[in-house]
Amino acid sequence: MSQKSGSLGRYFVIRLAMAVPMVLILLTLVFFMLRVAPGDPVTASAGGAKMTAEQIAAKRHAAGFDRPLINQYGEYLGNVVKGDFGTTISDHRKVTDIIVENGGATLTLALAALFVALVVGLPLGLLAGRYRDTGFDVAIRLFGIVTYAAPAFVLGALAQIVFVKKLGWLDDSSLQASPLIQASVPTKSHILIVDAAMAGDWNAVHNIFLHLILPSVTLGLIIVGVFIRMVRVNLIQTLRGDYVEAARARGIREHKVVTKHAFRNALIPVITVIGMQVALLLGGSVLTEKTFSWPGLGNQLINYLNARDYIAVQGIVTFIAVVVIVIGILIDFVNALIDPRVRY
Amino acid sequence: MTSMQTTPPVTTVAPSAARSKGRRFSGPRQTLGLIREAHGIGKFMLWSGIVLSTLFVLTALLAPWISPYDFDTYQDGGERFPKLGEPSGTNTFGTTVQSLDVLSRVIWGARTALEVMVLAVVFSLIVGVLLGLVSGFFGGWLDRILVLIMDTLFAFPYLLLAIVAAFMFQGLPGGGVLTTAIAITVVYIPQYFRVVRASTLSAREAMYVEAARAIGAKPGTIMRRYIFGNVIQSVPVITTVNAADALSTLAGLGFLGFGIQPTEAAEWGYDVSRALTDINADIWWTATFPCVAIVLAILGFTLLGEGLNDVLNPTMRRRKISKVIIPALTKPRTVVTVAAVPAQADAPAAESTETEAEPAAADGAESTETAETAETAGSEQPQEEGK
Repeated sequence: MSQKSGSLGRYFVIRLAMAVPMVLILLTLVFFMLRVAPGDPVTASAGGAKMTAEQIAAKRHAAGFDRPLINQYGEYLGNVVKGDFGTTISDHRKVTDIIVENGGATLTLALAALFVALVVGLPLGLLAGRYRDTGFDVAIRLFGIVTYAAPAFVLGALAQIVFVKKLGWLDDSSLQASPLIQASVPTKSHILIVDAAMAGDWNAVHNIFLHLILPSVTLGLIIVGVFIRMVRVNLIQTLRGDYVEAARARGIREHKVVTKHAFRNALIPVITVIGMQVALLLGGSVLTEKTFSWPGLGNQLINYLNARDYIAVQGIVTFIAVVVIVIGILIDFVNALIDPRVRY
Repeated sequence: MTSMQTTPPVTTVAPSAARSKGRRFSGPRQTLGLIREAHGIGKFMLWSGIVLSTLFVLTALLAPWISPYDFDTYQDGGERFPKLGEPSGTNTFGTTVQSLDVLSRVIWGARTALEVMVLAVVFSLIVGVLLGLVSGFFGGWLDRILVLIMDTLFAFPYLLLAIVAAFMFQGLPGGGVLTTAIAITVVYIPQYFRVVRASTLSAREAMYVEAARAIGAKPGTIMRRYIFGNVIQSVPVITTVNAADALSTLAGLGFLGFGIQPTEAAEWGYDVSRALTDINADIWWTATFPCVAIVLAILGFTLLGEGLNDVLNPTMRRRKISKVIIPALTKPRTVVTVAAVPAQADAPAAESTETEAEPAAADGAESTETAETAETAGSEQPQEEGK
């Protein structure tokens, strides 16, 4: 609204300041939601083994669960600010270690899925928009809708049946080989494929890559639908723009109008869309990781949820949510760089 | 601001609502007319959506009569079903590792899904619309806090939120169906909240609301009689999309083991998770049928939402040009300008919550609606005048 819109720096500061209460609310919500939940991590982590009431009490005391909730909350906030997400109850690992060790697998999967989604989604969206209301358009839109409608694990299960079992194109896709590879390759970045490449172990890289195909296509297809519809709608709207009309009026060939003038503008919002899909991507990765036994954060999260280890759950969930918020800020910032109208 | 934010003010119904006082939901007839007019892919999606979702609802309702066995029956006439039996005469879709009939589980799964879906949609609709109305109407600190909380929830990966919520509500009385429905509700409240709040904000400034205030109507009355009817316009499309999302979240929760207990009811997601190990043993039927059921059910509601969107969204629909132009020219232009007022009044309102712009398009369905602002008025008016 205000035409005297601020500088880029000011915009960034405001955007950042807005994120602070968001993160705070999020930390608070997650903390209290998990504390309200029934079930005790101490007894659950003991797993079957019988403990006396005193042992339980001692364990609870050691973990600090017998203190007032508000104290625990304060301490938790303080630690998070310092970058400490606590230590898990069930197996005494630092949550930050879990994030470092398993985050790499999730990152690999998410990036590969994003790549798949872009490579498939953008061209299809442009085609659908360009040849609007033709059979092409209809087929592409339906494809987008169907892939969007199918949950990640459904696509994953069906893909396993069809491509692994019926057609035999791919090997069983769980990363069962990963501990072996991990052992053979020095850990540097905690991203297995990078580590393998750095060690020059191309067999391992090839192996990981093969295992990555199905999970990343599965996860990628989930967000492909969003890309397709976004690009399609944008292109249709862009093609209606005055400057496109002007280009046509100047006698520029339709093909050139579309490719040179319209495509680029239609693709700008894609950056925003990518930012918004991060949440969907990370949520979907939980399902995909479980389906393919992919050793990522999502898989860990589920394990800890089953152990009712709410320190671990709280840490991982908070971390993922903070990642989503931070990426949101970055995307906004990039948008403001590209499009001055966005700033306020 | 990106151009996104203009979504809700489809509220441009203001003039018609003002004209006919008694009619709160201005436009079911209009909507039906548009549906009848639908053609092309919009029509196709709408109708296939209607067919699929009707099929789903019928399966769910008639489950006791069409299902060959109960969802937890593992024998027939004293004879135990085979373990992981192939599809056969007695078990059309085969049996699971627990000797349960896959077909029966798929059919009963529809019932569970329908129960959870209806509960979740109704809960989130009620809470979301109420909060949105109150928040948008009264403004102030309550509004700010609510917006902040809702934005935070909205930015959260929805499945994670549902997991945490399911975790939290686990021990609640009322069983898995209710608990899961509440967990899903938490996820979808923000969507209704945002849309309803935004359209309340613009409706609040409209002339006829001002008039109501001037003649001394109480806030409750204004909200109920003057704003509600306008605001509710934008809800149906979200509802169908949400119904689809609720099904998918339910299945996801079940798949991860946080949904309904297997002894309680049949749930597709849970069945698929159990069937994953079967896939490795070259057994395809235990996973495939629940998978297909999930896809078809979600697809039905997605297509319905898409179709509705296509048909009701003026920028996405191809109009029959010949009829429209002439009455628009002959009629006094004032009608159009009146209609345009609320749409413009919305601009400053949207400004107040900056974060709203980006996630507003998070859902593809909403984003396609974006352009349906003043055009709604422009295209709808002539039809109304014609009557």
